Amino acid sequence: MTTSFAIPLFEGDLVRLTPVDYDKDPEVVAAWTHNAEFMRMYSLQPVRPLTAAQVKKQFEQIDKDMDEGKRLFHFAIRSKEDDRLIGVARIEWIEWSNGTAFLKIGLPDPADRRKGCGGDVLRLLLRFAFREVNLHHLEVVLPEYNVPALRFFEKHGFTIEVRRRQAVNRGGRRWDLIHMAILRPEWEARNERQK
Amino acid sequence: MKDKNELTADLLRGKLVRLCAMDSESISKFFVGWTHDSEYWRLMAATPPYPWSQEGVKKFIEKELQKDDPRNIFFVIRALEDDRVIGEIGFDGTSYSQGDTFVGIGIGERDYWGKGYGTDAMNIILRYVFTELNLQRVSLTVFEYNARAIRSYEKCGFRVEGRAREIIHREGRRWDIIFMGILQEEWQALNA
Repeated sequence: MTTSFAIPLFEGDLVRLTPVDYDKDPEVVAAWTHNAEFMRMYSLQPVRPLTAAQVKKQFEQIDKDMDEGKRLFHFAIRSKEDDRLIGVARIEWIEWSNGTAFLKIGLPDPADRRKGCGGDVLRLLLRFAFREVNLHHLEVVLPEYNVPALRFFEKHGFTIEVRRRQAVNRGGRRWDLIHMAILRPEWEARNERQK
Repeated sequence: MKDKNELTADLLRGKLVRLCAMDSESISKFFVGWTHDSEYWRLMAATPPYPWSQEGVKKFIEKELQKDDPRNIFFVIRALEDDRVIGEIGFDGTSYSQGDTFVGIGIGERDYWGKGYGTDAMNIILRYVFTELNLQRVSLTVFEYNARAIRSYEKCGFRVEGRAREIIHREGRRWDIIFMGILQEEWQALNA
């Protein structure tokens, strides 16, 4: 049997997974933090606009976390056609002995999502998580109002495992927090079927 | 709630236990003993057990206390009858904006297992979270092989909210983690 090492881990059809660029990226990411609609989908932290300098500090913290904690892979997503920074992808809170982790994808521009960049990113992340990092259980946590993301992950083989009732308080009402996950054997079976 | 006399009652005292400060000097020797109990650790934590040194535990507790992070608050559990240190309880990852927190509890002293001490400590924590911190809900996770803990949490009013499949890899097989939660109004109804 031939190895599949020739398949690039960080390059898809539309996007590449790359490190952050300390010079060019902070301004773009700072603009995302001013997009409250996106931030409320992406994070449970209260929305807070940041300057490029503050974002640069965050990048330093991310690099420190990756280096010291060894539980995080953080990627900047770039579009292949114009090398533009279009989003962020993370595998975080890795538990090495159990083979578990959480996943996070943010693609602020709806136009990039419509092109299919999300599916491309997820394919790369899952392949990296299951074929290189050797995880078993990969989990994503979403507020119930993020319907497009819930549909997206369901379409890609994720199953709802937990519904934490009323764990989110936003826009004057309470929402459930939903945990979805995919196991390595489930991902492998889908791959077989798609061959 | 009943009346304003409730405010003069000791918030951190229950029927069997009370919750105290986590003073690294006096309690690290208890904690060290518990980390050497691999069964206790495997009921408590997803990470591999490791027998800690007294210095290591002291430094760890001091570091935690130094952070003075209101999202993470930990207590020592003492038995009322003899004031013995029997366990630990606390919460972390608290989101004050969303009104949610994760609680964790461990009774390290085996003589006190299965006698209601943990349930009593959890009831104190719920009162603290709902009447002092004013959060909307409390979350916890428990391994499916920890039946004693699940029973205790159900007694306190926690409900199962789901099950993360095959999360724990131990002794050659995989086990689920059960998510449980209790809402402020559910707790209120139980304690009216």
